[in-house]
Amino acid sequence: MTATASSAATSGVADDRPYLEVDDLRVQFKTEDGIVRAVDGISFALPRGRTLGIVGESGSGKSVTSLTVMGLHNAARTRITGSIKLDGREIVGLDDEQVRRMRGRDVAMIFQDPLSALHPYYTIGKQISEAYLVHHPGRKAEARKRAIEMLDRVGIPQPKKRADQYPHEFSGGMRQRAMIAMALVNDPSLLIADEPTTALDVTVQAQILDLLEDLQREFNSAIIMITHDLGVVSQVADEVMVMYGGHAIEFGSVEQVLRSPQHPYAWGLLQSVPSLRGNAEEDLDPIPGSPPSLINLPSGCAFHPRCAYKMVGGGPCDLEVPELLPTADAGHVVACHLPENERRRVYEEEIKLGAAQ
Amino acid sequence: MSDPIVESAGTAVKQPSSDGTPLLSVEGLTKHFPVRQGVFGGKALVRAVDGVDFSVDRGQTLGLVGESGCGKTTTGRMVVKLLESTSGRIMFEGRDITHMNRAQMRPLRHDLQIIFQDPYSSLNPRHTVGKIVAMPLQVNGITPPGGVKKRVQELLETVGLNPEHYNRYPHEFSGGQRQRIGIARALALRPKLIVADEPVSALDVSIQAQVINLLRELQREFDLAFVFIAHDLAVVRHFCQRIGVMYLGKMVEVGDRTQIYEEPAHPYTRALLSAVPDVTKIGTEGRERIRLEGDVPTPLNPPSGCRFRTRCWKAQEKCAEVEPPLLQIGTGQQVACHFPETGPVS
Amino acid sequence: MARYLIRRILLAVVTMFAVSVLTFLLFFAVPTSPAYVMCGKQCDAHAIAQTEQRLGLDKPIVTQYGEFMKGIAVGRTYGTGDLAVKCDAPCLGFSFRTNEPVTDIIKRTLPVTVSVVVGALVIQLVIGVGLGMISALRRGTAFDKAAVGVSLVGASMQIYFFGPILLLIFVYSLHWLPNPAYTSPFDDPFKWFTQMILPWVTLGFLNSAIYARLSRAQMLETLSEDFVRTARAKGLPKRKVYARHALRAAITPIVTIAGLDLGGALGGAVITETVFGVNGLGRTSVNAVNDLNLPVVMGTVLLAAFFIICMNIIVDVLYSVIDPRVRLS
Ligand SMILES: Nc1ncnc2c1ncn2[C@@H]1O[C@H](COP(=O)(O)OP(=O)(O)OP(=O)(O)O)[C@@H](O)[C@H]1O
Ligand SMILES: Nc1ncnc2c1ncn2[C@@H]1O[C@H](COP(=O)(O)OP(=O)(O)O)[C@@H](O)[C@H]1O
Ligand code: SF4
Ligand code: SF4
Ligand SMILES: [Mg+2]
Ligand SMILES: [Mg+2]
Repeated sequence: MTATASSAATSGVADDRPYLEVDDLRVQFKTEDGIVRAVDGISFALPRGRTLGIVGESGSGKSVTSLTVMGLHNAARTRITGSIKLDGREIVGLDDEQVRRMRGRDVAMIFQDPLSALHPYYTIGKQISEAYLVHHPGRKAEARKRAIEMLDRVGIPQPKKRADQYPHEFSGGMRQRAMIAMALVNDPSLLIADEPTTALDVTVQAQILDLLEDLQREFNSAIIMITHDLGVVSQVADEVMVMYGGHAIEFGSVEQVLRSPQHPYAWGLLQSVPSLRGNAEEDLDPIPGSPPSLINLPSGCAFHPRCAYKMVGGGPCDLEVPELLPTADAGHVVACHLPENERRRVYEEEIKLGAAQ
Repeated sequence: MSDPIVESAGTAVKQPSSDGTPLLSVEGLTKHFPVRQGVFGGKALVRAVDGVDFSVDRGQTLGLVGESGCGKTTTGRMVVKLLESTSGRIMFEGRDITHMNRAQMRPLRHDLQIIFQDPYSSLNPRHTVGKIVAMPLQVNGITPPGGVKKRVQELLETVGLNPEHYNRYPHEFSGGQRQRIGIARALALRPKLIVADEPVSALDVSIQAQVINLLRELQREFDLAFVFIAHDLAVVRHFCQRIGVMYLGKMVEVGDRTQIYEEPAHPYTRALLSAVPDVTKIGTEGRERIRLEGDVPTPLNPPSGCRFRTRCWKAQEKCAEVEPPLLQIGTGQQVACHFPETGPVS
Repeated sequence: MARYLIRRILLAVVTMFAVSVLTFLLFFAVPTSPAYVMCGKQCDAHAIAQTEQRLGLDKPIVTQYGEFMKGIAVGRTYGTGDLAVKCDAPCLGFSFRTNEPVTDIIKRTLPVTVSVVVGALVIQLVIGVGLGMISALRRGTAFDKAAVGVSLVGASMQIYFFGPILLLIFVYSLHWLPNPAYTSPFDDPFKWFTQMILPWVTLGFLNSAIYARLSRAQMLETLSEDFVRTARAKGLPKRKVYARHALRAAITPIVTIAGLDLGGALGGAVITETVFGVNGLGRTSVNAVNDLNLPVVMGTVLLAAFFIICMNIIVDVLYSVIDPRVRLS
């Protein structure tokens, strides 16, 4: 991996500068039912070697965000505004060909269901070498060598033999390892993992998360880890963004968001997940109602129909969209109309006892 | 409760029940699927479930956990007789139902129901919610007092749906609501036992909690017993009083909640528990993980002796030679391991 | 694989055997004797009996069937003494009508059918699959809408309607093309081509409508597959994503259907042959049924069954070559 070492060395000086900067990103789809505001003004920055966890329920815009960073949306039916900078280079509005050249080389992605994400008719080795060949045209023999090397690196035994097998001959965990090998074959600086362990058993999930962590240390890449599992986030993320209805509603370091969350939705999430600790006899504390439709988002704070602390009836919650504002903790931003000291009090007095147990 | 331990096939089966017989008891339950294998078309057997024993009391919930493919669904389907078992015995309320045919099962259908994992494909999209929920009543020719419609509306209300939605179609509901419809359908005949196969796995966390609470409430209200299949150990802990851990078609540990979660004795149970990421711990803090290598072997050709030995860090020669029987140990649970672990988990 | 093939071939032989028995039985279930049809108006009982004897129709049905099978296996001799006619294996007998050996009839008519069917298949695959794929890739555009419209019309059009119209225009009015007929391509390839082009285009165009719809649907489904997204995420250019990843997966079911179509069509492209007045297998077999011409019926039916069974086996093998998940067993 000399290439990594040298590239890390050259970029070493500017390592604090974020590799990925997303600013006020909005993504809208035109559908028959109306305009889907899948992502509605989110911003974040991510330096190399760090992991951003994006959490939220299904339909909150997590996958759309990541696919936008990859430039994978159909331009004809998608409206994208705002800015996405990769290593300082704006990619919103960049022409297709240039975005394509960055895909797989600078940014790579792994998906939720590794079986359907791999082509059933090509061998694993072939699919990995293809990813290498796109960006290193003509170097066939080298591509195969790289493929086997990467399979070995992600912990697949007998990589030479395995490279000639088809995806259906792999187990679920090995398929996801192969996907990771494919994503990392070009040493990308940013790896997006969209629910990479949701389809896997806990034991295999643990293996995959460990592997990603090792690889991040080795390749010094930035990782976006999309998941709905707070446990996964707590284990791998440095920063956490909580999404609801296409908005980021809370952002901060993993300690800030998981140890002293300030948004009622984040509280709800923490309280509703059953845990391995605490009183199992007690009922869970679910968030009432269900996630909103992105075509017809509730007015004001999108969470207000489900929020136990809402201030409505002249109050701001059903009228004004709360802005993502800084809190007393540097780096911790929250979008909620409740005053900060009130949020802190509620969390300390009502939530923490129940959730953290 | 004078003699809670009953010997069966060399295995101690605990029957903690108020009137002696458990609601459901299963002995040596086995399902082998014949499959053609390989280029030469030879026959082979998938040993999906291979001699499983457990029992469930009235109003109690038994959770079945284990990795994908270990035989949870197959077990559940055999219990409700959606699948004929290869061998073994299924007793329901003291009656042997193992070989009952459809007609003989009919009166028991009231008592035994199933809820499926996928809230999308398990409801007929062309039927109204009313029709779906009324189906078990109609099939069994039951007219409840006050009429079918009234009963269905009561059921919808019970599961937290608006009874006015009687005439709507499944696609008009969210995943969580659809799962409630499935639950209402299962409740229609006032069953005594419901087999719930991953009923909350496809749901969002916030909705999952709602459905678990609903199930707990129904259990209290109707004294329902559940066989609750799930792969999420935290969910199982919140819903099940007893837990059975399966591995490759075998039951490797059965015990009550504290036994399984506080002092698991089987190495596999420990590994499973330690693999669950814990929200209350951040990053690598306090992480003393047991890491299982590799994958579950194929049920076509399971390892000799203890099936877990290929991934077990405690495996010794004996493990390959002698299959460990499911036996009760000091802490009360039953464990199938030659060298069980002791003490609480860290 | 070898074992699989052997199994399939044995099964095919059994099927062929069953088809032959069934055809025989059906034939004798018809109350009219072929002798009536043959000797026409001035028939008396004696003439019929004589004819029946000559054709061997007076023997018990089992004996007749036995002789027929023997003919296929080792050949047989008709008549006795001076009148004896030897028929070498595989002997399917002689036409009741023309006394021509059935094998000769097949040799004469099979190339005609193969010409028509294969030529049309090439056209329908190229136009149909091409059109379908392109409209899937340009979904929602004017091209797509036009293609969907045209294929809808094509799929609902019938050859006995569309064929005569084309004949009328290109042959009888404009005189651009000769009347369809069959000339061996080995004798005069150009003539073969010009005479065949009309049946090809007609049949090919009409069938391409079905293929266009099928391949459009297949392609659209494939394009939404996760592995296509993966291919794009690798940074592959669109062209390669479509050709290498999407097309390959979308084409599999089309190959299957085309193979089965081919088997069926070789068995008898009756309507096409009738419309264009070329004497292929299909037409011959229909005429033979009308004439109660048992040997010819047997010959053509067995041949058709043979094609269909063969194409089935070929398609299954091909499928396993294309899709590694399919195991032949
Ligand atoms: N009809 C069948 N024919 C052959 N094998 C089968 C059949 N049904 C299930 N199996 C096999 O039996 C084993 C147990 O399957 P089962 O569905 O019970 O697993 P499970 O524990 O419910 O897994 P999951 O968590 O993935 O739902 C698996 O190896 C499966 O592949
Ligand atoms: N191509 C598309 N066209 C229309 N709507 C879309 C498209 N892709 C995603 N959406 C919608 O955008 C919303 C956010 O989706 P997504 O980001 O996939 O959610 P998740 O947070 O579960 O990953 C959903 O309501 C989804 O239906
Ligand atoms: S803004 Fe109002 S409704 Fe929204 S989360 Fe805060 S308190 Fe609740
Ligand atoms: S019997 Fe042996 S191999 Fe099996 S779990 Fe116990 S120690 Fe491990
Ligand atoms: Mg998603
Ligand atoms: Mg299952």
